[in-house]
Amino acid sequence: MSHEPAVITRDGLAALIAALHHDGFRVLGPTVRDDAIVYDDIAAVADLPAGWTDEQAGGHYRLKRRGDDALFGYAVGPHAWKRFLHPPLLRLWRADRHASGITVTTDPEPAEKLALLAVRACELHAIAIQDRVFLQGPYIDPHYKARRQGIFIVAVNCGQAGGTCFCTSMNTGPKASEGFDLALTEMAGEFLVEAGSDRGAALLARLPHRPAEPAETDRAADIVAETAASMGRQMRSDDLHDLLLENLDHKRWDDVAARCLSCGNCTQVCPTCFCTSVSDTNDLTGATERVRRWDSCFSQEFSYIHGGSVRPSPRSRYRQWMTHKLASWVDQFGTSGCVGCGRCITWCPVGIDITEEVRAIRGDGQSDSIQEG
Amino acid sequence: MVQITNLEEILSAHPFTAGMDHDALETIVGCCSNAVYHPGDYIFREGDPADDFYLIRQGVVALEIHVPQGQPIVVETLETGEIFGWSWLIPPYRWSNDARASEQVRLLKLDAACLRRKMESDRNLGYEIYKRFLPIMARRLANNRMRIVELALEPRPTHSRRKG
Amino acid sequence: MMTTTTADPMVPVPYRIARVIREIDGVFTWHLKSLDGSAFRFRPGQFNMVYHFGVGEIPVSVSGDCRDLDTLVHTIREVGPVTNAMATLRPGDVVGIRGPFGRPWPIDEVTGFDLIFVTSTIGLAPLRPLIYEVLHRRSDFGKVVICYGTRGTDDIMFEADLHRWRARFDTVVHLTVHSAPSGYRGRVGGVASAIRTARVDWPSTQAFVCRSEALTRQAVDTLGGLGVTPDRVWVTLERNMQCGIGLCGHCQLGPTFMCKDGPVYRFDQIEPLYAVREF
Repeated sequence: MSHEPAVITRDGLAALIAALHHDGFRVLGPTVRDDAIVYDDIAAVADLPAGWTDEQAGGHYRLKRRGDDALFGYAVGPHAWKRFLHPPLLRLWRADRHASGITVTTDPEPAEKLALLAVRACELHAIAIQDRVFLQGPYIDPHYKARRQGIFIVAVNCGQAGGTCFCTSMNTGPKASEGFDLALTEMAGEFLVEAGSDRGAALLARLPHRPAEPAETDRAADIVAETAASMGRQMRSDDLHDLLLENLDHKRWDDVAARCLSCGNCTQVCPTCFCTSVSDTNDLTGATERVRRWDSCFSQEFSYIHGGSVRPSPRSRYRQWMTHKLASWVDQFGTSGCVGCGRCITWCPVGIDITEEVRAIRGDGQSDSIQEG
Repeated sequence: MVQITNLEEILSAHPFTAGMDHDALETIVGCCSNAVYHPGDYIFREGDPADDFYLIRQGVVALEIHVPQGQPIVVETLETGEIFGWSWLIPPYRWSNDARASEQVRLLKLDAACLRRKMESDRNLGYEIYKRFLPIMARRLANNRMRIVELALEPRPTHSRRKG
Repeated sequence: MMTTTTADPMVPVPYRIARVIREIDGVFTWHLKSLDGSAFRFRPGQFNMVYHFGVGEIPVSVSGDCRDLDTLVHTIREVGPVTNAMATLRPGDVVGIRGPFGRPWPIDEVTGFDLIFVTSTIGLAPLRPLIYEVLHRRSDFGKVVICYGTRGTDDIMFEADLHRWRARFDTVVHLTVHSAPSGYRGRVGGVASAIRTARVDWPSTQAFVCRSEALTRQAVDTLGGLGVTPDRVWVTLERNMQCGIGLCGHCQLGPTFMCKDGPVYRFDQIEPLYAVREF
C-alpha cells in the first residue's frame, strides 16, 4: 500500500469524514462551543472551527477570528482526547442484594469505534503516554483498552504555535511522526496528507486525491519548521528528573505555593493526568453502584489516611504534581509525563507557568529565549 | 579483703563501668556493696532518702508510681546490665518513684553520700560518672517521648471488651 | 511475584463471614469463606480491598495462614465510619473482596538469617502470616525473636498464638507493655527497649517492622544502633488506597505506587522518599 504523500481539498476532507461514518466510526473533532474549541461529535466539515484561532497566555484563553478560514488554525483547547479514552465518569459495576447473597454485574464495554480528527503531535504523544499507564503495567484497564482498540486517528501538523506551547522542548512535535493513521498539513485551503499506517493509506485511496508535488511537501515542511521556531515557551528538559527530585526542599516551592489555589484545573486539562477516585451510591432497593471519576492530586483529601492527609499543604501538593509530571513519571513509565501542550499554563487562574517554575528551581538567571505569549 | 577484690571484678564487669580506668574503679569500689532482693521486695520507696545508686547484676526491677486511687502503676522495667536511680545526684536527694524487684534480683549498691563526696573531691571521677550517666538518661528520655507519641497515636478503646 | 486474579480486579468478589472474633477493644477478626468454595491464595504481607456493600471499602492486610486456602482471615480495627459499620456484621453476612494486592514480605530472600519481628498492638496482624510461614519452615532460618509491645495487658492481640510461639524452644517472644499494675512480673517499657534484649547475631539478622510511620523510624534507628543496617530492615507503609492496582494514583510516594511496589519495602530503598516531609 503506497504511503506517498498526497493532496486533498476540502471536498476530500468531507469525503474522509463521510467515509469514516460509513465505516461505522463515531467521528470526534474540534468544534466551537462556549467560547472555546472543544472536542465533540463531527457530522460534517461545517462543524469544524473554520476561521478561528486561539490566543493563549498564562491564565488567558480567547477565541479570535482569523483573517482566513483555515480549519485547524488554532493550538489546543481545554479538552484533551483522554475524555474519550479514560472517561471522566464511568460506572464500574452494580451490586444487587437478594435472598441468597449479593450479585455484582458489570456493564458491557461500548461497541462504538472512535475516530479522532485533528489530533496534534503533542496529543499523539499524550495518548501514547496513557497507553503505557493503562495497557503496559501489571494491571490493564479494560475500559481504556476497549475504547482505545481500533481507534482511527487523523492527525494535524500545527500551522502555528500556541502562546503557551513548548512541544519542541519535550520532543513531542510539532510534526506528527507516529501513532496516527493519516496526518494532514493545512496549506491554503488544501491539505497535504501522509498515511501513517496501512489502514490510513487504504482510506486515503478511497478519497479524491492527487499525488503531492515536491514544492508542496517542501511547503508543508516549511510550515512545520516555522511553527517549531515560534514556540510560546521553552523548557530545558534533559535534566528534569534529578533536578526536581534533588530539590524537594527548594524555596521555590514556597513561592509557587503562595500563588497556587489548589484548584486542580491543570490536572483536568492535562492530557496525561490520570488519577481517579471511586465512590459508591446506594438506592432504596439496597443496590449499590460504584462509579469512577477523575480526581486531582490537588484536592485536600487526595492523600487522606486515618489521622489526616499526608499532603496537607498546597506547597506539598503542587510539588507532588510537578515532580510526578516531570520526574517520578520517568521512573514509573519510562518517559516524561509532560508533552509541552501548555494547557496547564493557559488554564491556571493565576497563570502559574511550569516552564518558569523549572527555570527558577534550576536557578537560571535568564530565560532561555521565551516569547511573551 | 577477698570480698573487696570480688567486688572490684564484679563492678568492672558491669556495662556501666566499661572503659573506666583502674584508679577510678578503685576509688568507687569503696562505696560499693552487694544486695539481693526477692520477688516483690521494695528496693526503695518514693520520698525515701536517695541513699544509693544501683547497678543491676541480674534480674528485673520495676519502677512504680503510686496513684491515690487504686494500685501503683509500673511505668518501666529495667534489666540485667542496666542502672537505676538518679535522684541521688540531685538535691534534695529523695526518690521520685518506687523500685520493686520483679523477680530474684542481684544488685550492686553504691553508697550515694560516699560517691558524691568522692566525685566532689575528684572532679575527674565526677566527669567519668556523669559521662556514662547522661547518655543513658538521654536514651530513656527519647524513648519515653516516643512512648508518648505512640500512646497519642493509638486509637482510644471505643467500648468495653467482650470476649469470644 | 504477585498473585493476580484473572477476574476484573476492580470488581469485588462476595465472601461470607463464617466467624467473628472480638479481639482487644475495638478490634475484631473475620474468618471469611468464598461463596463458590474457591481457594484464596496470597503471600504474607499482601492486602485486600475489603468492601462492606453500600458503606465503603478499605485496604486490610490478610492476617491468616497462607497455607490455609479455605479461610480468608482479616483483622480490622474500628477507626471510622466504614470500620465501625463493619464491626456490626455477623456470621452469614456477605462482604466484597478484591485482591490480593501488594508486594509481600520477603521469605526466600532471608533464609539463613536470624529474624527479629518488631511490632505493637494491631501491627501483629500483618506480620502474623509471615510468622506462621517462617515457623512452617523453621529450619530455613536462624534464631527467631518476636518483640511485641502494647499499651497494657488488655491490648495484647492473638494471645493464643503468642503462647504457642513462646512455648516453642526455637522461638523467643519478648512482650512489653507501656504500663501495668504493681506486682506485674513482665517487662514494662517501649518496644525499643525490648529489641535491645534480643539475643541474635545482629550483623546477620533481618528485621521486620510493622508500626505506625512515626514509630517505624525509632525502630529502624534502634536496630541500626545494634548493627542491623537498613538494607536488612523491612517495613510496611500506608497511604490512601482506592484501586489497589496502581491506576488511581492516590497511593504514590514519589515514583513508587504503594499498592503494587509496596506496601512492604526494604528500608534503605524507601528511606530517601520517606524522609521528605509531606512528600
